[in-house]
Amino acid sequence: MTGAQIAARASRSVIPKAAGRDRAFAGFFRALMLGAIGVSVLALATLLYDVARDGVPKLSADFLGSFPSRIIPSNSGIESAIYGTLWLMVVCAVIVVPLGIATAVYLEEYADRTKWWNRMVEVNIQNLAAVPSVVYGILGLAFIVRGPLSLGRTVLAGGITLALLVLPVVIIVAREAIRSVPSSIREGSLALGATQWQTIWKQVLPGSIAGIATGVILALSRAIGETAPLLVIGAAVNPRFNPDGLGSAFTALPIQIFTWTQDKDREFVDLAAAAILVMMVALLLMNSVAIFLRNRYEQKW
Amino acid sequence: MADYATATSTGATGRRTSLVRRPSGRSRFEGAIKALLFAAAAVSILTTIAIVVSLLTETVAFFGDVPIGDYLFGTKWTPQFGGDQQSFGVLPLIWGTLYLTGIGLLVAIPVGILSGMYLAEFAPRRVRRVVKPLLEMLAGVPTIVFGYFALTFFTPEVLRNALGLGVNQFNALSAGIILGVLVVPTIATLVEDAMAAVPQSLREGSAGLGANRVQTAIRVVFPAALSGIVAALVLGASRAIGETVIILIAGGQTANLSLNPTESYQSMAAFIAATARGDIPTGSIEYETIFVVGMTLFVFTLVLNMISIRMVRRYRQVYE
Amino acid sequence: MPENVTEQRREQAAVAAIAPAPMATQAPVKRDVIFDVDEISVHYGSHKAIRDVTLDFNVNEITALIGPSGCGKSTFIRCLNRMNDLIPSARVDGKIVYHGENLYASDIDPVQVRKRIGMVFQKPNPFPKSIYDNIAFGPRLMSARPPKKGDMDEIVERALRRGALWDEVKDRLKVNAFSMSGGQQQRLCIARALATEPDVLLMDEPCSALDPISTGRIEDLMMELKQDYSIVIVTHNMQQAARVSDMTAFFTVELHDEGRSRTGAVVEYGETDKIFTNPDDKRTEDYVTGKFG
Repeated sequence: MTGAQIAARASRSVIPKAAGRDRAFAGFFRALMLGAIGVSVLALATLLYDVARDGVPKLSADFLGSFPSRIIPSNSGIESAIYGTLWLMVVCAVIVVPLGIATAVYLEEYADRTKWWNRMVEVNIQNLAAVPSVVYGILGLAFIVRGPLSLGRTVLAGGITLALLVLPVVIIVAREAIRSVPSSIREGSLALGATQWQTIWKQVLPGSIAGIATGVILALSRAIGETAPLLVIGAAVNPRFNPDGLGSAFTALPIQIFTWTQDKDREFVDLAAAAILVMMVALLLMNSVAIFLRNRYEQKW
Repeated sequence: MADYATATSTGATGRRTSLVRRPSGRSRFEGAIKALLFAAAAVSILTTIAIVVSLLTETVAFFGDVPIGDYLFGTKWTPQFGGDQQSFGVLPLIWGTLYLTGIGLLVAIPVGILSGMYLAEFAPRRVRRVVKPLLEMLAGVPTIVFGYFALTFFTPEVLRNALGLGVNQFNALSAGIILGVLVVPTIATLVEDAMAAVPQSLREGSAGLGANRVQTAIRVVFPAALSGIVAALVLGASRAIGETVIILIAGGQTANLSLNPTESYQSMAAFIAATARGDIPTGSIEYETIFVVGMTLFVFTLVLNMISIRMVRRYRQVYE
Repeated sequence: MPENVTEQRREQAAVAAIAPAPMATQAPVKRDVIFDVDEISVHYGSHKAIRDVTLDFNVNEITALIGPSGCGKSTFIRCLNRMNDLIPSARVDGKIVYHGENLYASDIDPVQVRKRIGMVFQKPNPFPKSIYDNIAFGPRLMSARPPKKGDMDEIVERALRRGALWDEVKDRLKVNAFSMSGGQQQRLCIARALATEPDVLLMDEPCSALDPISTGRIEDLMMELKQDYSIVIVTHNMQQAARVSDMTAFFTVELHDEGRSRTGAVVEYGETDKIFTNPDDKRTEDYVTGKFG
């Protein structure tokens, strides 16, 4: 028989068709995955819609420029919250930037990883990064506000607490940035007769500064949104004054939002939404700056 | 140029320098720098010590007033009452934490894994360019915003109006589900990383045997990335357990030991934030409850984190 | 003028010991020695990487180190400028005498050593800075008084001329070094190493990442440079070694412990002509004729 006759006899083609069942399941699964993505998108959209719907009507220059009132919603504003947040951010940044970079430089450039105490420092930082923020609040209450430091319920205490909270994040980010500098650069510098610190100061840090700055800004933006630690250390409620120094009482945007959210009066609740909008605009700005820095200045090796 | 006669030379500036090291200002400076940097690194150790010490001292004081058996096994948590009514059984708080986390993970695990899988294995470049930033935005929303959303929108308009459920103003369903939404980006990104780390050769082998992409993803890539995926889930659980504000705002302030999602519940973290309001007197029994519950919470998350770190290390080792 | 007469006498004695006094009739070329290497061994942890290397490197000559992969040539060349110090598990035993000083004496500062002995690496590693700043980096490290602007311009120009790069870049000194081609980057690295006025240049496979034309230019550069500098080059390319070097050392791998551990050692060292045409050791002959390697 000829080949064509044999082939004609065969009722099935050599290559099997894809089983309908497999294809159906694949289609179903893909739909499931898209559904999952859709859940996140829907959640984000609904959340933004809700906040905008409640809060936009309440936004005004007065809102930004007045102090919160306990009684009259239409006279209430977030000026003290904005200033409090700014003060906290400055204190936090001043502490966390040098401390975080110094720790990262030590771990990446000096620490001998075979020594147990250096490994312990590394593991410890990973653990600290995952400790709940409310526990940092307890630390702040027991150690900083009261206890050994006894700074009271002040801006300085709040700033230190927030700094300790985001320090692990800054260290981790700075380490990654430093690690991205190739070892050939360090070798080249040392072969020219530079000392270790000269190499770090003149080559490694300048080469990683963009990544470090991006990470610091992102860490600070996380600190801005933290509520629990500030609640525990005793931020002021509805203060009608701005902080006037490190020893001043303070509030912050998340605290003000928290206070208003729980109010019986719907008017105050809507003010919370307006404050949320202000806070989120601030966060958006910070993140945009971080991304801009990264895209513009990041060293590509 | 080099001067062969002696062990000195003229460097680029024409000055003589010797090869022999003297205890120069330079090397003392380098040593001081190293010491300073180590001191900075030590701050992180000191932080942990401070956390442990502050939790421990008040916990010990607490167990001087309340028997440890009453605390660990008691089923009523009513520290705010007086006299006979006062009870310090922590089980309702632990239960509340686990119950709310459980509801949250019921949402976050499937949504997170499916999202991560989609991003790692299926998403075309254009979709990825939109979805990833959206997930990052969701990850960047402060938890207080989620709390606001749960209380003012999700409970009244979704649960009550749209779904017609008879839930309390403060209820576990709302707090739990929104908690899940909070954790989804964490799980999704870690799952995506874990699956993307699986070598392409495995996918090619599967495709070469006639599997379609879904089959490859589920039967080959997913099991290969399993320890990284489990690490992601453990980390998500740890985040949910430690979350305070959503539960504080939307879950209520009643410690509850039942199984009814329409009622209000309180978690360990929420209790701490609700009780510690700045003017609580040091040394009072209330003050001590903050620390003992804080210690309990700290131990929970510490254990979970150590498990997660170990798993991440394991999955990284396999492919590096 | 030498400040220390004792040291001068010591150095003269050292030189005399190595280079015998010229004889009346046929005299071997009197060569000054820049490195007197004596029984150098390197361990990484418990693994012995190279053993008992004893060689003399001559002044104003190019010495090539050849041999198969993994025989310790790079490890050895990094001993000459104390770069192995950077590896925590590395231990170097033996002596290297340079200008009358043992580089591995306990009171020697490796940082100072590296200012005198320059190194160029396999993959060009310019800094992400301008060409000018790359060259100026070494001179700016002079702790006592860094050169002033006018002096620095001269130093940069001199280094770039020596590195055969000046004409190509003199109008764009402020351009980022990363924008140069691979061959130019490597010449920049050579110029950068020369800017600190060393008297030795160590080159660890400097052309293996470059195209043949760039390789040729660097080989020409090396021949020029040897008039003023002593050069040690590690190379995989036997033709290159034969072309440029005056002396050649052939390294090989010794297997111990049923092949479980490998240690590098020098098999033969001599004039390049001899090594490539009439070597003493059969292993050398096998390698240079391509029987293995």
